[in-house]
Amino acid sequence: MTRTTARIEDPALLTGRGRFLDDLDPFAGTLTAAIVRSPHPHARIRGVDLSRARRHPGVAAVVGPEEVAAELKPFPLAVKTPMPYYPTAVDKARFVGEPVAIVVAADRYAAEDAAELVHIDYEPLPPVVEIDDALAPDAPLLHDTAESNVATDRTFTFGDVDEVFARADRVVVGEYDFPRYSSTPMECYSVVAEWQDEADGPAIEAWANFHGPFSMVAVLAGAFGLPASRIRLRIPADNGGSFGIKAGIYPYVALLALASKHAGRPVRWTEDRVEHLLGSSAGSDRRMRFEAAVSADGRVRGLRADLIDNVGGYLRPPEPSTLYRCFGNITGAYRIDAVSIRSRAVVTNKTPTGLNRGFGGQQLYFGLERLMDEVALRCDLDPGELRRRNFVRGTDFPYATPTGGIYDSGDYHAALDLLLKNADYQALRQDQARARERGEYLGIGLATIVDPSATNIGYVGLATPAEQRAKGRGKSGSTEHVRISVDPNGLVSVLLGTVPQGQGHATVAQQVVADALGLPREQVRPVVEMDTATTPWTISSGSYSSRFAPLLTSALVEASERLAETIRIAGATLLGADAAAVELAEGSVRLRDEPARSVPFRHAAGVVHWDPGSLPPGVPARLYEEAAFTPPESKAPSRTDQINSSLCYGFVAELAVVRIDVETREVRLEQVFTVHDAGTILDPVLLEGQVHGALAHALGGALYEEMRYSEAGQPTATFMDYLCPTSAETTYALDSDHLETPSPLTKLGAKGCGEGSCMSLPVAIANAVADALRPEGVEITSLPLHGNVVHQLLERSALTTERKN
Amino acid sequence: MKAAPFAYARPARLAEALAELARSDGGGKVISGGQSLVPVLAMRLARPDVLVDINGIAELGRIERSGGFAEIGATVRQRAVERDPVSREVPLLGMALPWVGHRELRSRGTVCGSLAHADPAAELPAVACCLDASLTVTGQDGARQVAARDFFAGAMMTALGPGDVLTSVRFPLAGPGDGYGFAEIARRHGDFALAGVAVHVNAEGREPSAVLTGFGISDRPVTRSVGAELAEALDSGDLEAALRSRLADVVEDMVDTEGDVHASRDYRRRLFGVLASRELAKAYTRTRGRDADDHE
Repeated sequence: MTRTTARIEDPALLTGRGRFLDDLDPFAGTLTAAIVRSPHPHARIRGVDLSRARRHPGVAAVVGPEEVAAELKPFPLAVKTPMPYYPTAVDKARFVGEPVAIVVAADRYAAEDAAELVHIDYEPLPPVVEIDDALAPDAPLLHDTAESNVATDRTFTFGDVDEVFARADRVVVGEYDFPRYSSTPMECYSVVAEWQDEADGPAIEAWANFHGPFSMVAVLAGAFGLPASRIRLRIPADNGGSFGIKAGIYPYVALLALASKHAGRPVRWTEDRVEHLLGSSAGSDRRMRFEAAVSADGRVRGLRADLIDNVGGYLRPPEPSTLYRCFGNITGAYRIDAVSIRSRAVVTNKTPTGLNRGFGGQQLYFGLERLMDEVALRCDLDPGELRRRNFVRGTDFPYATPTGGIYDSGDYHAALDLLLKNADYQALRQDQARARERGEYLGIGLATIVDPSATNIGYVGLATPAEQRAKGRGKSGSTEHVRISVDPNGLVSVLLGTVPQGQGHATVAQQVVADALGLPREQVRPVVEMDTATTPWTISSGSYSSRFAPLLTSALVEASERLAETIRIAGATLLGADAAAVELAEGSVRLRDEPARSVPFRHAAGVVHWDPGSLPPGVPARLYEEAAFTPPESKAPSRTDQINSSLCYGFVAELAVVRIDVETREVRLEQVFTVHDAGTILDPVLLEGQVHGALAHALGGALYEEMRYSEAGQPTATFMDYLCPTSAETTYALDSDHLETPSPLTKLGAKGCGEGSCMSLPVAIANAVADALRPEGVEITSLPLHGNVVHQLLERSALTTERKN
Repeated sequence: MKAAPFAYARPARLAEALAELARSDGGGKVISGGQSLVPVLAMRLARPDVLVDINGIAELGRIERSGGFAEIGATVRQRAVERDPVSREVPLLGMALPWVGHRELRSRGTVCGSLAHADPAAELPAVACCLDASLTVTGQDGARQVAARDFFAGAMMTALGPGDVLTSVRFPLAGPGDGYGFAEIARRHGDFALAGVAVHVNAEGREPSAVLTGFGISDRPVTRSVGAELAEALDSGDLEAALRSRLADVVEDMVDTEGDVHASRDYRRRLFGVLASRELAKAYTRTRGRDADDHE
């Protein structure tokens, strides 16, 4: 393994032959839809008049709140809180951009013309925008059926937390706000749906650039009251990026299917950029309070965390997952035995939230790693030394966290040592001292984080109290599926169930299978189109939470091993040898002790296809194998509310060097040093690409991007205000290095790696800015950080100083 | 994001374009590069009855020189100007153009289009004001000259009437004793400026003349003569620092925009003050035939 190759996905993409959904025309006679959206953050729908729109030339159907309410059930939610969620507003609009009606016409122009004729009579209601607004005792209720705007509120205690805090030498407290930002993939949402009335009842065939989790297929089916298998979901090979955001597409699949039912024709909808920014998804904004119980030597013995997520207008599944995805690793890289957690999600008049690369980790670690820096400061310890004292030690693995996580492998001390050596940390600190003497702002920020991968979706169960979780109906799973087959020419096809979103799964899958079968890469052909009717899948399938490297490649190895056995038997038959004495190598089946005696792999495969009668008795002519990698470590939450929320736990140690211009107060990320431990490296080039991408994404969240809402609830809706970093902003010097402590739980020792720096760099930058501005007495408790923010902080700090004097 | 229905005309002669606009009775809109107009059309924020495409009018596509001026026609792309000798003959244009959007946008966007659009944070309106450029506005009744400093009437508002076409803009070529400075600060490269400055100094006479134009700081470019402040600062050892304090009142006065999510008014004042003194010092140094970087 670990060789460098070009991605097999790239030639088609680079020559304009990619097959994205908008390039495909799966159904003849497809019409086009436009969606009417609420201009109000919070408004009661008093009346709906679709008649003018329906009469517009070229319009086939207009579907509004009444049809949606009458013909669909609310999507099943992860909790029992009565906050019904449909694909359009039904009684009230709860965020700007919420769909209220869909217009189906001959083309998009006609659909948009008719969309302007849809009349909705709104009664504007006071908006609830921020977390504090939602929690206020007199807050307007978003959902009249619920008692408050709190969608879920759970408290967990592990260990004797109060006792640990009572005994602590000091308690360090931090309150932080993490902003709401997104991913803005190049390709927005896209859906084509056909409603099919079949002899045995209705069915839906839908194409979408969805990528999982496939638990959402069950949610989708729930809205129609159909068995999941009556919804055939097809996903093209190419997806123009998601980073989690496209997990939020399923409500549109429901809406388009309903529109098709009314139009009597298949219907296509391609989301435009304004729709995407207004109404798709984002990572949730979070307010959090952390308390650390610290002993005199800087050891953190106890932790209290109070987390409040702003999930927008609805608790759209898979929310409240943002609160729970990192449950098993909520104590991060540190040995903390006592922890209490309060996890709340509130609904507001913002767009619903969901997966966003790093999911739950960027929020958690922003608090935890800012807190660790504060602890270091209070203990008068270098932030690296403070972390070193608290790290889980190399000898502790497998390490059980108080919340149920089982860290599979790692060497955090070695990774930090490598980082500080690569960065020449002492020299950096000397540079900083000299810069401070010159009156300059230069800051060094660290973050050391546990990077969870191969998520166990059972964590969502924690949102429901243990006594209400029905016995025998638990949820768990980190399973991935593959199907491998060999054709009569010995060409191997590999069907993946991961649904890539551009990461290069096919390239790695080709290499893994080629290695396992002793074949040249060209003899293995991965297929990544998903068709839920034919591709093996289960509820936890999909491309999310860094599942490919640990899970899917394990399934590939399992299936390849079984296939190899059949090929060995066939080859041995041709060689007149014992199957135990042959091996697969260099495209052949050969005697292990006499490699010159061999037959080509394709001949062995040919025998199974053409002459199965020659195989030893009892050997089936089976040249297709499926595998469902099912790690037993991923279990449902325990009755004591513990969960191993991921199968694998990697590690990232990161250091950011930030300079703030004294005159203009602009924040500039100058250098990033990073060390990832993702277990065994499968493909160094793709891994490096993931690191680069995650860093750029994190840079956006730290310095540029923010889904801002005015007090009146009006959001950022264009790229004029939602600023994504471009190549011109990602010019920082980067030093990326790796440590490999293989996971004992995956077949190749690999862990996920695509999200790590999304969790670590935002807080590393915040720590660096705090470090740079420490002489000015400025506290950093939120993002994004840019000139205007730094200016405000410095002016406020100067005022405070003046007042004190 | 599909435009509302509109009629489309692509005349070959200016007179036809003007007639189209007159016929539309205020419902017409001129398009050339379309870099600002097309997104606005797609979002249905603008709904013209007729779009008059002037790209087919050959006479509007020229860069010409006469009598110490360079004249840039209405359909000349920003990128074409950037690559033409005119970007050296009018150095401030050459300095400003790389800040206008991105190269891809400049290859479609026009100089005159940027002026007619009149975004208060755009670069080219500030260049035109700083250099006291003259704009040729042609209507049904013929052509008239409008000074750049009179052309901009507010955010996205100009002296153009509904039947007018901005047919060209005339910039003075640089002469002896001229020095220029240009800089801006934006959240990202290519964004509209949070604050920006264009500066022209002439040091030929006994007392230097200096013109400072700010953009992104008000509802239109703001221009002040700051020769006196420059003259006072010349004796000090650190020209930039001396200018910083001497320009403080002017800066305070020039920046009158309300803040937004990217920068408060107070922060814009700070940025503008830094840029104004920095670029004025550089421009003065350039009048002495030295590269401004020697000054530092």
